[in-house]
Amino acid sequence: MEDNNKKNQNPTSTKRRDIIKGMASLPVLGLFGIEYARSNHAESKGETVDMIKELGLEKDLGSISAKSYDKPKDTIRLGIIGAGSRSGSLLFHTGFAPKKSVEDFSKERLEAWMGYRDLNVVLTGVCEVFDERAERALAAGNNSVKAYSGEKNLPKVKRFKHYHDMLESDEIDAVIIATPDHHHVSMTVDAINAGKHVYCEKAPTRTEEEIQILAEALKDSKQVYQLGHQIRHNPIYPYAADLVKKGILGDVNLVEVTTNRNTPSGAWVRHVNSDGSPKSGDARSIDWELWQGDRPQAPFSIDRYYNWTKYWDYSTGILGQLFSHEFDAVNGILNCGIPATCMCSGGIYYYKDGRQTPDLVQAVFEYPDRGMTLVYSATLANSRGRGRVFMGNEASMEIGSSLSVTADGNSEKYRDKLDKKLIDTNKPMFTVGQNTGVDGVSSATQKYYVERGLTSVKIGDELKDVTHLHLKEWLDVIRFGGETSCNVDWAVQEAVILQMAKKSYLEKRQVRWDPVNKQIV
Amino acid sequence: MNKTQSVSIFVLRVLIGWHFLYEGLVKISDPSWSSVGYLKSSQGPFSGIFIALADQSTTMVAIDFLNQWGLIVIGLALITGIFTRIFAFSGMVLLLLYYLCVPPWVGLEYSIPMEGKYLIVNKTLIEAAALFVLGVFSAGEQFGLDTLIKRKSAAATNLATG
Repeated sequence: MEDNNKKNQNPTSTKRRDIIKGMASLPVLGLFGIEYARSNHAESKGETVDMIKELGLEKDLGSISAKSYDKPKDTIRLGIIGAGSRSGSLLFHTGFAPKKSVEDFSKERLEAWMGYRDLNVVLTGVCEVFDERAERALAAGNNSVKAYSGEKNLPKVKRFKHYHDMLESDEIDAVIIATPDHHHVSMTVDAINAGKHVYCEKAPTRTEEEIQILAEALKDSKQVYQLGHQIRHNPIYPYAADLVKKGILGDVNLVEVTTNRNTPSGAWVRHVNSDGSPKSGDARSIDWELWQGDRPQAPFSIDRYYNWTKYWDYSTGILGQLFSHEFDAVNGILNCGIPATCMCSGGIYYYKDGRQTPDLVQAVFEYPDRGMTLVYSATLANSRGRGRVFMGNEASMEIGSSLSVTADGNSEKYRDKLDKKLIDTNKPMFTVGQNTGVDGVSSATQKYYVERGLTSVKIGDELKDVTHLHLKEWLDVIRFGGETSCNVDWAVQEAVILQMAKKSYLEKRQVRWDPVNKQIV
Repeated sequence: MNKTQSVSIFVLRVLIGWHFLYEGLVKISDPSWSSVGYLKSSQGPFSGIFIALADQSTTMVAIDFLNQWGLIVIGLALITGIFTRIFAFSGMVLLLLYYLCVPPWVGLEYSIPMEGKYLIVNKTLIEAAALFVLGVFSAGEQFGLDTLIKRKSAAATNLATG
């Protein structure tokens, strides 16, 4: 029956029916087209706005990099006081590394290191209380990038037991101080008086009294002083300073900076290796008396030697070691200087290992003249990533390894763009700078340093280490004049804020800065 | 095939086509889109191949291009029902590659969160299986342009044999 019916059907009408059937999905395509257009409109695609351009900002961080000078012809003779782990890094970035480690360098690391030849420096002195470390620094000094490139007749590195002997040597033009904090001021002052230029690691001072001593010694001195805050050479910071100056954030009223680390090494438990075995060093190989300096004499302690940050006798703890970087970043951006008041509290909550300095801290610094408060909070027992946040009435800026700015929902400045949905408050208006240098083998503490902008940074296509740039600037100023980016003025401001926090913490009260009498009350 | 069966196959074909077409268009309209991240997160027995591909920037340009346009062309073909068998099977292969790149197998953990919970079977695998069904059932002949092609070729055969 059915077959008969089919046969009787008009072929033209079957064809037409087939065509209609074949085209059945065309309305679906039409619907798709309409909905796709609607979805594009909803996301305001094609109507994106380049806020960097709109706000008249630079796109390329490389345009804000360290000044460049001609290749120097004169050689600067360096001495290094303190040859611990930080010192190894400072030596590497001035072109000194033991032969054995150079052989293990990756191609990129070797290339960067070879580039340091342009600094034209030699190491002529090492001062260190621990024989093993001194040997390592001597090996690095004798295998300078100059020697490695085949340069002959280079001076030999001499070991000095006491830094006074080193300062008396006329074969040294400048010293790098990388000792525990309790030596910083006496060594800096003695070096300046001996006519040597100084690069000193943070913290600038250990006590309030030392601030004035440091300031006096450096006042009108011809020697060049640089405090070791390499972050100044991360171009993100001058970029951020420019943003604030241009009013992109509006009035900055709250700044939040943080420290989160969660490893024993990050909490200065460093007398054991990662496999738990004890690190080398004992009363015979370490000149303990010299190491203690003017501090109360304690029996030899490997804990105090490696983990000195845990003790007020030798440091200002988390404040001098970590908050100092945070403050330097904030001060570099906002030029806010010394706060009017400080309230700092905290405690030893996690590392109950006999330490004196806190492992958890929160501090509030008030700047009433600027209508601004700086809040710092830190823990050594949690590694949650929290950026540095600068909050203004128009926008917020967050700085980690990159910088991003997000408009405030109630901003007037960005109202128009917010209304048009060209920008939104859930994601940044723009982000600049992308740090690199972390891989699967980097330690947690290393990652912390990278996140805080304290290691390498991409300038143009080149990966530059900020410590190298900071040392280079110091050497450039010694040769060509000018000002270091972390000179005594910055160092004094930082020393004061650190001492305010320390005093407030220890005395459990709010402290004030008396600018007339230049003291903390 | 009765009418209900035809309509069911048609609906399934159009739905999958729609999904492919939109995925392709979204990828093309986002200049920053690349499959590098997806390939790099690969785990399982084939992860070596996927990760090696992601490491070659020239290969990635080709992979991204094929991915974007592959999705669009397969999507259009499925919606209109043209050369359905070839495109359904191509779509299935593409989906199986996605599946094998990040298979939801026991012991593999991914840093990119997934929008559901899966054990071996996930939506990608199911969609791939559905495309297999469409290919096997000549889905383009159910309200698709393949009807006309079939008719034309039948007519040509008739002419040749007649």
